[in-house]
Amino acid sequence: MLNKIKNKVMSGKRLTEADALELFKSDDIFTLGTLASYIAEKKNGKKAYFIRNRHINPTNICVNRCKFCAFSRSRGQEGAFELTIDEIMERLRKGQGTPPHPPLGKGGRRGGKTPYSSLLTPHDFSEVHIVGGLHPEWPFSHYLEIISAIKKEFPELHIKAFTAVEIDYMSKISSLSIYDTLLTLKKSGLCSMPGGGAEILSLDIRNRLCPEKISGERWLEIMQTAHNAGIRTNATMLYGHIEDHTHRVDHLMKLRELQDKTGGFQAFIPLAYHPKNTDIKGSYTSGIDDLKTIAISRLVLDNFDHIKAYWIMLGEKISQLALKFGADDIDGTIIEEKITHSAGGLTGEQLTAEQLVHLIRKAGKIPVERDSFYRPIKVYR
Amino acid sequence: MKNNFSRISSKQALSMLKSADLLELGRDADEIRKKLHPEGIVTFVVDRNINYTNVCINKCRFCAFHRDENDPDAYILDEETLFEKIKETIELGGTQILLQGGLHPGLGLAYYVRLLQSIKDKFRINIHGFSPPEICYIADSSDITITEALRILRKAGLDSVPGGGAEILSDRVRDILSPKKIKSSRWLEVMEKAHRLGMRTTATMMFGSIETPEDIIEHLDAIRKLQDKTGGFTAFIPWSFQPGNTELAQKNRSLPTGQAGAEEQKVKKTNVHKNMITSELPSFRASELHPATAVDYLKVLALSRIYLDNIDNIQASWVTQGLKMAQVALRFGANDFGSTMIEENVVASAGVSYKVTKDEIIQSISSACFCPAQRDTYYNILKQYK
Repeated sequence: MLNKIKNKVMSGKRLTEADALELFKSDDIFTLGTLASYIAEKKNGKKAYFIRNRHINPTNICVNRCKFCAFSRSRGQEGAFELTIDEIMERLRKGQGTPPHPPLGKGGRRGGKTPYSSLLTPHDFSEVHIVGGLHPEWPFSHYLEIISAIKKEFPELHIKAFTAVEIDYMSKISSLSIYDTLLTLKKSGLCSMPGGGAEILSLDIRNRLCPEKISGERWLEIMQTAHNAGIRTNATMLYGHIEDHTHRVDHLMKLRELQDKTGGFQAFIPLAYHPKNTDIKGSYTSGIDDLKTIAISRLVLDNFDHIKAYWIMLGEKISQLALKFGADDIDGTIIEEKITHSAGGLTGEQLTAEQLVHLIRKAGKIPVERDSFYRPIKVYR
Repeated sequence: MKNNFSRISSKQALSMLKSADLLELGRDADEIRKKLHPEGIVTFVVDRNINYTNVCINKCRFCAFHRDENDPDAYILDEETLFEKIKETIELGGTQILLQGGLHPGLGLAYYVRLLQSIKDKFRINIHGFSPPEICYIADSSDITITEALRILRKAGLDSVPGGGAEILSDRVRDILSPKKIKSSRWLEVMEKAHRLGMRTTATMMFGSIETPEDIIEHLDAIRKLQDKTGGFTAFIPWSFQPGNTELAQKNRSLPTGQAGAEEQKVKKTNVHKNMITSELPSFRASELHPATAVDYLKVLALSRIYLDNIDNIQASWVTQGLKMAQVALRFGANDFGSTMIEENVVASAGVSYKVTKDEIIQSISSACFCPAQRDTYYNILKQYK
C-alpha cells in the first residue's frame, strides 16, 4: 500500500500533503518505522542525542486560559507561584538532581552521607530551558533581568528561553517590535528559543483550543523573525486532543515551508496531549499513535535535522522506541518539570545521564551528549 | 518465517533474539497474531489478585513482597476480608480471582482446602490459584504426590492454575535468583500433571534480570515442548523484572531502571534490607543485571509469539509496562491485556503501580484500533465493547 511513498522516500523525493495523510491512515507501523529510520540514519547516522539540561518555570500565572493546559493559574489562586530572581539563581546553583557521574562507594553503592545536590554545580547541565506563563504585572525589564542575572553568574550556560507566545507578549508590554524585543533579549544573554506555543497551527483548532493565544500565523512570523535575528529555535506540535490528521499534516507543511525559507529550526518535537486537570479532558494518546507521529514527522520534515522524542511527554519507554521510529534525540536530564506533570504526566521529573545513555544504547544507537546546537560534547562508544 | 507457520528452531530463535531488528520481529509477530486472531479482538479478564499471605520461606532475590513470619507487616488474610474482596470483585463484574501467596511455614493442606471450600460455598467465581511453587509446597508438606495434591485442591474448588513461579526455566539462573524455589523440572511437572487432570493453566516468564538470551530460549523451548504434549496452556505471559525494593537491585543502586526507577522514588521503601539473606546465596556481578528496556520487552514478546506457535494467546503486561507500551505490544504479538487487576500487591511492592480502571483498559484497546472484549479464564468472550 505504501509502495509509492516508499519509492519516493528511498529516492529522496519530498512527500506531499496527500502522502502525509496516507501515512497517517496506514496501520503499517513497521514500514513507517523502517522508512523513518532510514531517513534518520541518513541524517544522523547511528547517533542519538541527549543533553544535560534543566527546566525553570519562572511563573505559572498566566493571562491566557488555554483549554489543554493544567499549569496556568490566576494571581492569588491556589497553586499560583512566581519565582524571584534569587529563587531562580538558587535553583541553578544547587539543582535538585542526581549528579551526572556520582562517585560509587563500596559494593557499587552511591556515596555515603553527602547529599547529591551538594555535589552539583550549574555546569552539570549545559542548558537551562525557561518557559512560563504570561504574567499580568511583570514588565519586560523583569524578563531581561532574569536572563542577565543568569548570564552574569553562569556565562557558559546556554539559555534557551521563551516561546513565541511569550515573545509576542513581551513585545506588547514593551511596545517594541518583535525584532527589537528579540534583539534586546539576545543582548541580555538569550541564546536560543524553544518551540512551544505552536500547539496546532490551524485557526479552526486554535479558536476552540486556545482562543486567547496568538494565531498560528503570528507564531510562524515570530519564529521567522527570530531566525532572521540569528536566534535558532525548535518547533513543536501538541497532538491528540481535538485535532484530526488533516490538521497535523497542515501543521507539518507550514513548518516545512518556513524551514525552507530560514533554516532556523533545529528540532521538531511532537508533544503528546495529557488529559488530566484540563478543560477538554479526553484521553491519553495511544503509544501506537505516538510512534506513528514521530515516524511521519521524520518523513515529512525533510529539511529538519532532528526529531526529538521528548521523554517527559512520551514516557521513557515510548521515547526509547521512538529511536526505532525516526527520532534521533530524547531530550535531557530535565531535573524539574511542572507543565506536563500538572496534566497527569506519567513519568518522573528527571533522568540521569547514565539512564539516558542506557536507553539509547539498548535501542541500538550510539549515545551522544550534545550541546544546544547539536555539537557533540561526549560520544559514548 | 514470514506468512507461514513453519516452526522455528531454538537455534534460529536465539539468533533472532540476539540480532534481528526489532521492527522485523514485530512485523512477523504481528502477522502471526493476525492469522490466529483475525477478528482484531483484544481480550481482558476482570479479576482481582488476592494474596492470602505475604509470609514466604523462599525469599527470592527479585521479590519485594515476601516477609518473615514475625515481621510487623506479615499477614494472613482473615475470612471476612477475603469474602469482602471477592464480593467487591463480583460486584465489579469480575469472573475470576487470582489466589496466590507466599510459602507460609505454618499453613498446611487443611488450610488450603478450607480456603477453597469456603470461597466456593459462598461465591460463584473461578478460582485461578496456587502457582507451581505453592502446589509443590502443599504436596511436600503433606507428603503426598503433586497429582494427589492437585486432585484434592481441585475437589475443594481450585479451577485453574496460574503460571507464576516460572521466572526463567533455567536452573543456572534459578540457583542464583531463587535458590530455594522449585527447579525448572518441577515447575513443568506440576503443569503437566495439572493438564493431565484436565485443568488449564497459563505460563509466565520473568526476564530482564541476570539471564542470557540462551536462558530465554531454553525457557520458551520448555514451554513449547510441554504444550506439544498436553495442549493445556491457555496463554503465555512474558513480563520484565521490576527492580524496586528488591535485594537484586540493592546489588547495584546505579542501575538504570527506566520508568520503574522513576516510580521507585515515589514509593515508600519497604524493609528490604531486613529480608536480605545475601550470605547464603551464590554471588553474581552487578553488571550481570540488566532490567529490560522497552526495546528488550518488545523483542522478547514478539519472539514469544513467533516461537510459541502452539499457544493461542500472548498477554501484554500493562502492569509492568504501562498502558502505552501495552498498546504497542498489541502490534508486537500480544492479543490479550491480561487482567483489570482490581487489586495488585506484588508488582506494586517493587515500586511499580500503574493503577487503571476497566474503562481505561477498554479505551486503551480501542484507541490502539482493536475491539475490546471481556473474557473468562478460558478465553471465552463474555462481552464485546464497541
